[in-house]
Amino acid sequence: MNVSGQAGRLGAVVSGSLTEGIHVKLDSGVSVEDMAVGRYITISGEKRRFFGMVTDVGLESSDLRLTSYPVDISDPLFARVIQGTGVYGALKVLPLLSLGTDAASIIGGPQPVKTVPSHFSAVRDASQADVEAVFGKESKERFWVGNPLDMETKVCLDLAEFVKRSNGIFGKSGTGKTYLTRILLAGMLQSELAVSLVFDMHSEYGWEGTGEGTIRPKGLKQLFSSRVAVFALDEETARRRKVNPDFLVRIGYEEIEPEDIQILRSVLNLTETAVQSVYQLARRFGRGWLASFLDVQNSEEQRRLAEELNIPESTYRNLRRGVEVLRRLPFLVPNTPEDSVREMLKHLDRGVNVVLEFGRHTDLTSYILVANLLTRRIYSKYRELTERSMAGDGPKPRPLVITIEEAHRFLNPEVSANTIFGAIAREMRKYNVTLLVVDQRPSGIDEEVLSQLGTKVCCLLDNERDVDAVLSGVSGKNELRSVLAKLESKQQSLIFGHAVPVPVVLRTREYGPKFYGELGASKHQGAPDTGNLDDMWK
Amino acid sequence: MPKLGEVIAANTASFVGQCYALHQPPELGSLVRASDGKVDVYGIVSSAETHSIEEGRRPIARGAVESDEDVFSTHPQLASLLCTDFTAIVVGHRSDNGLCRYLPPRPARIHSFVHACESAESKEFSASPGFLRMLVSDQTPWIDEVISACLRRFSTAQDEPEAYLVSAGKELAVLLGGDFTRLGNIMKRMKGQ
Repeated sequence: MNVSGQAGRLGAVVSGSLTEGIHVKLDSGVSVEDMAVGRYITISGEKRRFFGMVTDVGLESSDLRLTSYPVDISDPLFARVIQGTGVYGALKVLPLLSLGTDAASIIGGPQPVKTVPSHFSAVRDASQADVEAVFGKESKERFWVGNPLDMETKVCLDLAEFVKRSNGIFGKSGTGKTYLTRILLAGMLQSELAVSLVFDMHSEYGWEGTGEGTIRPKGLKQLFSSRVAVFALDEETARRRKVNPDFLVRIGYEEIEPEDIQILRSVLNLTETAVQSVYQLARRFGRGWLASFLDVQNSEEQRRLAEELNIPESTYRNLRRGVEVLRRLPFLVPNTPEDSVREMLKHLDRGVNVVLEFGRHTDLTSYILVANLLTRRIYSKYRELTERSMAGDGPKPRPLVITIEEAHRFLNPEVSANTIFGAIAREMRKYNVTLLVVDQRPSGIDEEVLSQLGTKVCCLLDNERDVDAVLSGVSGKNELRSVLAKLESKQQSLIFGHAVPVPVVLRTREYGPKFYGELGASKHQGAPDTGNLDDMWK
Repeated sequence: MPKLGEVIAANTASFVGQCYALHQPPELGSLVRASDGKVDVYGIVSSAETHSIEEGRRPIARGAVESDEDVFSTHPQLASLLCTDFTAIVVGHRSDNGLCRYLPPRPARIHSFVHACESAESKEFSASPGFLRMLVSDQTPWIDEVISACLRRFSTAQDEPEAYLVSAGKELAVLLGGDFTRLGNIMKRMKGQ
């Protein structure tokens, strides 16, 4: 008399549509409390199988009177009887892929879904084999990032696809963005599909980061010693952390351009006219405009300069005050003996990944200024190299992924049109440079830039605007919204975009000793064993 | 298996059996079988009645002067003047096609012998809940009592009585069309509360 005798069966399709999702009635033996949004299911239709994701879990009753006059379920037998007949659990499922059963479809692999399964098709939990068929097996180009909820199958990210476009990692503060970024960077490093340049605002990626527990997570340098170079802005902090930086970055005044000041406008609290005056100064003094401007100390000379350039006095004062902030940055020096950018490019060209640690310069002014300035020069170099290679003169440059944190500061609608990061997000794919944007306020990022991101990895986001921003233009947006809002605050993320065949909710891979071991990074590179690295750097 | 009695009236959906022993009808809700040698007709006992064999001639109370036990021994003719009948709702049959839980092609034959079904036969018949439809649609005023009694008995014949009651209850929930109050009442009786 048991109606739900088939193994793994959850229920049957009862209604729905392709656009709004499929409604599934749970079998009476299946507890609604065992269901979870983000879980994968398969539906056996008449002609094909469907692969989908649970996007909502609900309670239904066959008779409205039951909601008005709830029955007495103190009798456990009656409670069991009524479950699945009078009241039942319901799932909303977003169909993602269709898996044909004929030979041609099996060879062709999973296809985008264009129809829905017929009425009363059986719905089952996706098996390990189903999930593996969809996400592929771990390989050099397919990097294991985590496991689907309630499953042990590995979800692999197609790194070749991943590095082709700019990508984003989003999530509220404390939801594991940094861990995820470390994992993805390690994956890219291991695959050698691209080199990374990381603007490491809080000194978390190069050497030991700050963990939530007592064990400090290892940095990339500790995992891939010879393939990672740590550049530091702040020698003192690096020494204190027992990090021996490969290069100390110093930036000359002459390297600062008016565009850098423009992007710092809100941080330096400059008026629009003050920013425009910078362009005038640059026209007047050329490359050394900043040094020349700062040299004008005398108030009489200052007045004369303002008059000459037709800058109102208040604007001049505003600009002066703003620029004085820059002067106080210790890594900004009037003359630099070494060219940091050239050094950085040399490393990148050799396939060595660069992590730029900001040390104690965690203020936005430093971060934005340095990241923008360095990237602009790297951009022009890459552009030149790519154009040369297109003309048949030399190889294409190695794909470069630039990781930036607090990305909304560079990519907000106000400045994204002017900053180099806006340009990279929009078009630098052609020149083999892409971004890995790490941010907690995706709503602050220009919509146009967001829409260009190939793959988005989202940890928990609960602000409506942030969720909207991340999901804009994504099919099944409403369904994914409920999934995103219900992520746990730790170690769970939703990934969707080019690098995964279907949106996937992950229990992110643990970044710890096990991960280090699995990476096998040291063996791969013939570098010293990671266990001894700590001693080596003491 | 002892004969209980024989069919004295029958239609497609029910039959009336007369017991050989006075005051010993089969129990309410029990499964009985009327056999004519070719088709076995299965019925669930829905009522029983002891009455005078002559219509219009009613028994007279005798208890004022005699004790209970003594009435039938002092008046042995009484046993011959009274008879016990029972009604069974037809819920299935067995023919050359095997066991079917739907109405037989013809009603039970008059004078077919009626047997009480033993545990193994009850278990086999009740394995599928199709018979419940015929009980639920019967117009007997106390049909809910019959259903409860029937399922209570059937469950004892099963290996897992509680699982059986749950699945039968689910079938009833569908048949009763959302009348969960009635379902609740049947289930309380089913458990013997």
